[in-house]
Amino acid sequence: MTSIGTGYDLSNSVFSPDGRNFQVEYAVKAVENGGTAIGIRCKDGVVLAVEKIITSKLLKPGANKRIATVDRHVGIVSAGLVPDGRHFVSRARDEASSWRGVYKGPIPTSALANRLGGYVQAYTLYSSVRPFGVTSIVGGWDSEADLAVDGQVGTGPKSGSGGKVEGAQAGGPGLYMIEPSGLYWGYYGAATGKGRQAAKAELEKLDLTSGNLSLADGVKEAARIIYVAHEDSKDKEFELEMSWISSIDGPTKGRHEEVPKDIREEAEKFARRALEGEDEDEEDKGPGEQMEE
Amino acid sequence: MNHFPEAWGRPRDDVYGAYNSSYLQTNGPKAHTSSPAVTGTSVVGVKFNGGVALATDNLASYGSLARFTDVKRLRSFGDKAVVGFGGDVSDMQYIDRLLESIDIRENYSTHGNMLNAKNLHTYLAKVFYKRRSEFNPLWNHVLVAGFDGEGEPFLSSADLLGTTFSAPHLATGFGAHLAVPILRRVFPDEKPIEEISRDQAVAALKECLKVLFYRDARSLDKYSIAVITKEGIDLKEDEQLEGQSWAFAERIKGYGAQTN
Repeated sequence: MTSIGTGYDLSNSVFSPDGRNFQVEYAVKAVENGGTAIGIRCKDGVVLAVEKIITSKLLKPGANKRIATVDRHVGIVSAGLVPDGRHFVSRARDEASSWRGVYKGPIPTSALANRLGGYVQAYTLYSSVRPFGVTSIVGGWDSEADLAVDGQVGTGPKSGSGGKVEGAQAGGPGLYMIEPSGLYWGYYGAATGKGRQAAKAELEKLDLTSGNLSLADGVKEAARIIYVAHEDSKDKEFELEMSWISSIDGPTKGRHEEVPKDIREEAEKFARRALEGEDEDEEDKGPGEQMEE
Repeated sequence: MNHFPEAWGRPRDDVYGAYNSSYLQTNGPKAHTSSPAVTGTSVVGVKFNGGVALATDNLASYGSLARFTDVKRLRSFGDKAVVGFGGDVSDMQYIDRLLESIDIRENYSTHGNMLNAKNLHTYLAKVFYKRRSEFNPLWNHVLVAGFDGEGEPFLSSADLLGTTFSAPHLATGFGAHLAVPILRRVFPDEKPIEEISRDQAVAALKECLKVLFYRDARSLDKYSIAVITKEGIDLKEDEQLEGQSWAFAERIKGYGAQTN
């Protein structure tokens, strides 16, 4: 960054002559130091996972959750400044509840991502605020069933005018990643935080675009990817936190929930075994080949 | 001194003649909901060994018109409790959405929704009391069924004034007059709840709904019934009253073929 020290990085919302907003770029730097967070969009659900670095032995294992629930069907995980992530989640909950107030139903994941993107972007516009120090992954399942309006007491006609359309398709998985600039895209697989490069490389190998990966396999892959991404900071201990949202017929019935302990431990066993396998391969290759990698 | 506040600060009638009262504000205090519009009738509930059963019919009346015949007046709260609503249906919808938002908020914590039926009843009674104190009541009489903090079956009522009442069997609306005596006969005071089986409770509720359908002109023979046990909520919303006999009606003036 040659333009650092030219004064254009001192105030938020000010462009440098070559069109950059330095405060936003610094916020991205804060994100790049955070624990790796990933999201995978599977055919019958979404998985979120985060590498939670243990900063003190005095912290209670399993406490201080980093993945939060919004409404019932959305989960959010962020990398970067934890308090910024909490505020982001609180805003997401407010948006979801105000959506219910107006439309009497759950907010679609895409609409929530849109509103949150707008919110984060507003923090790049004023000198009185700083941008969000988080990149957040928003995963959700929009119900494929005919949902009742909140508070509905009866049902309308079964068919005909005002009745139901036969065979109409709706809903499905949604996965979005929102950056400090407010930029958001929808993803098949998203990764952010310290180990994002390794995680992205692993996600690309999964062939998510074909939509064949099941949620059960997605959970195992998510665990493995977090373990792979942790390889670079091996000296630090970490905890794996995972959550999922399945389809209506799946294990969570369209709700965002923590992955049950037994399934998570099974996935972690799979992840460790996969890593050990990789190490053996590398040892076989000999030191010369390893240098080339 | 003149004790009528509207005359204070105005020219005295005895000096200046009658004041033109058309200049005065004629409306009284702001009165919001002062009568219900679309209403549901009775809710009946019984405690039994290991749970609580609750039943309502599926009717929402518009005055004396049987306007909506597929109305679900038993609303579940998470997987913990069921609230049976009598009274205004739009106020019921408001409360249902309120409870939904509470359930969503409670589920944000790691432990999930920890509120039991007793907590829910306390909350609802306070909402009713607050609203009636604002002269803007929620026009309902509800039964809350589920379990209390000790895991014992819980059944209690709250009404539009915030009044609360608990008993092993309860009914609202017309049911308070017609169903409670039946329930008291079937399950007398000296018979402990532990001796009442689930089947007996359900049968008693069906009997009550039948009598209510015979005698309450704002009721229906389609009904919903919820049985809450430790295993969860068993809610059936599309039931039909069986074994009706209208033979007695022949002898009632105005019902049968009599002309005078």
